[in-house]
Amino acid sequence: MLRSIVRPLKTITGCKAASTTSSIQPGTKYGGKTTVTLIPELWKRKTEVCTLIPGDGVGPEICESVTTIFKEMAVPVEFETIDLTKHTLKDEGAFNMAITSLKRNGVGLKGVINRSADFRHHNVEFRGNLDTYANVVRCMSFDGIKTHHTGIDLIAIRENTEGEYSCLEHESVPGVVECFKVITREKSLRIAKFAFDYALEHKRRKVTCIHKANIMKLSDGLFKQCCKEVSELYPTIDYDEQIVDNTCQQLVINPQQFDVMVMPNLYGNLVSNLAAGLVGGAGVVPSKSYGSEIAVFEPGARHTWMEMKGMYVANPVAMVLSSAFMLKHLTLHDAGDKLIQAVKLVLNKESCKTRDLGGNATTREMTRAIMEELNHLYA
Amino acid sequence: MLLSRVSKLLSPVLSRSNHTITLFPGDGIGPQISESVKEIFSAAEVPVEWEEHEVYPILEKNGKTRIPQPAIDSIFKNKIGLKGPMRTAIGKGHVSLNLTIRRTFGLYANVRPAKTVPGVSTPYSAEGVDCIIVRENTEGEYSGIEHTVVPGVVQSVKLITREASRNVAEYAFKYAVDNGRSNVVALHKANIMRMSDGLFLEECRNVAENYPQIKYREMYLDSACLKIVKDPSQFDVMVMPNLYGDIFSDLTAGLIGGLGLAPSGNMGKEGIAIYEAVHGTADDLTATNKGNPTALLMSGLMMLRHLELKSHADKIEKAVLETLKERKFVTGDIGGTATNPQYTAEICRKIRASS
Repeated sequence: MLRSIVRPLKTITGCKAASTTSSIQPGTKYGGKTTVTLIPELWKRKTEVCTLIPGDGVGPEICESVTTIFKEMAVPVEFETIDLTKHTLKDEGAFNMAITSLKRNGVGLKGVINRSADFRHHNVEFRGNLDTYANVVRCMSFDGIKTHHTGIDLIAIRENTEGEYSCLEHESVPGVVECFKVITREKSLRIAKFAFDYALEHKRRKVTCIHKANIMKLSDGLFKQCCKEVSELYPTIDYDEQIVDNTCQQLVINPQQFDVMVMPNLYGNLVSNLAAGLVGGAGVVPSKSYGSEIAVFEPGARHTWMEMKGMYVANPVAMVLSSAFMLKHLTLHDAGDKLIQAVKLVLNKESCKTRDLGGNATTREMTRAIMEELNHLYA
Repeated sequence: MLLSRVSKLLSPVLSRSNHTITLFPGDGIGPQISESVKEIFSAAEVPVEWEEHEVYPILEKNGKTRIPQPAIDSIFKNKIGLKGPMRTAIGKGHVSLNLTIRRTFGLYANVRPAKTVPGVSTPYSAEGVDCIIVRENTEGEYSGIEHTVVPGVVQSVKLITREASRNVAEYAFKYAVDNGRSNVVALHKANIMRMSDGLFLEECRNVAENYPQIKYREMYLDSACLKIVKDPSQFDVMVMPNLYGDIFSDLTAGLIGGLGLAPSGNMGKEGIAIYEAVHGTADDLTATNKGNPTALLMSGLMMLRHLELKSHADKIEKAVLETLKERKFVTGDIGGTATNPQYTAEICRKIRASS
């Protein structure tokens, strides 16, 4: 649905962005802006070009799973791969290339980029540049993964562009550092509206605003106020508020009470990681980040697992599920649903578990198992 | 003459045998659970006297909030206090009472142990939770410095200073040594907040060098959240800035069954120590007196150990744990039906039976 609005717009802004942000442009296999068509019926038959940024650590390995599966499924998706690891950190070219490519294609799949030595965090920079303001992490329990809780199905929506991640810091006098947290009405309303729209679209009952307004009365107070205002426009969806420390406690006592949660940046980081831990860890939780014109799909808990790099033992599930949600976003609903179902079936099997889930299957074995299930589903 | 000499000789013994403790009963279930603690302490013949003071916010003309003077004087005199839950109005009005108390007495470190309680079964009790959160308590995100830049844009300042970071790190390592712990982990988000959390880490590292017997590690806060719910047993002593400590300690309290069981202590300058129950005022439970006094009681036990009244603390703890384990007289928050007086009476009975 979002897409139907997004696509026609893209042609225009995509051109603009390409000409202003960087002189270096990635090669376009399918002609960049000309891939865009305004005839909805043809979309499905046309090959979609998506940006793929494998990222650092185990990123390239788990992205390989996705490309292998996509090839097997013969989904009409072509990846434009941009490898950021090969380039030096000072090399802005590669980074700009990734940004341009994402802006042009509008859809991307991304691994986690490792913390780099230069001043700003690359992941943060990505979000700032693309204005992917909403990060959505879906945490659901899988029957096949033994965890402390069952029946969790929550959605953590995180404001992704401001708050504690404004990167405004200075040392007033030696030994005294000030770090700003910025909360604006505009962005708070934007994320609140996104959360309620998301809840409506996905048939959810309740939106909970997570805050710390008892201490940060002005900043979190503003965020809370915005959520409340927006909630009044959505009478069919229940709304409540919770203080973040209590939320963390409730998450380990009674996580089933949560449905859609909306919160500022840092709390979102904590809550989504915590919730990911509850359903089996960083290896199984997908996420998506939305901007007004861009959707980026990536693993939900951002861990690069540098120590496992090159060993092909990482769990590809988070990445594969992210790609499944990407397919759904590309209106390839059937393929996306089948892929999700195949992953669930594989996770139910005792025989096929990667190291993080207590088994010893490799990334490739896991991928093969998913493809086998897909074959059964398509048979 | 002789009398005065005798009393002088006896004075250390006398003062030791009779500590005076300042008690702030607090709001909501506060007075009721404070009463329970007093009852239980007297059943165990703990040599303490109580000095009760009411605490409420006084808004001064300059906009600052303070608490009544007698309460302040009492703490500075006795150096030790026990505090029930206090109410905070969300979003407006005065600075929270908890925050005011922290500032008034310079309580720079908050210690929150989380240990699995036998008989209180949670999804995590099988692995066994036994960790200590040491939280910086005076600055960070709770500096209270906030302003509206232009309408609709608010800035809130997180303040990190070298001195406060060093104090809390020092306390964490000292606590680890005193309590026979071998690991200290500093939790941070220095990947994002490089200067502020970076400074905090720097001080932790500096202090760690003075404690070679303690293993020091650093971990991202988000990774820690993810890891602790997968396997809580891998954590020991953790030290962190204010907000992270607030969030993380409630999380660990959740792992052992809720804030109704979690004790807490605050260390201040000049040897002041204030122990408190960190849960809310639970106003809905006041009418039926069904609040759970365990957290305040456990905080009281931390206090007794601080006063080196270890045998009394052990005796009470044994009775509490037995009562919790039997589950006959436990309160609603941990799945029982008993009222606070019933629970208290059962603990007192066990204490009397054992002595």
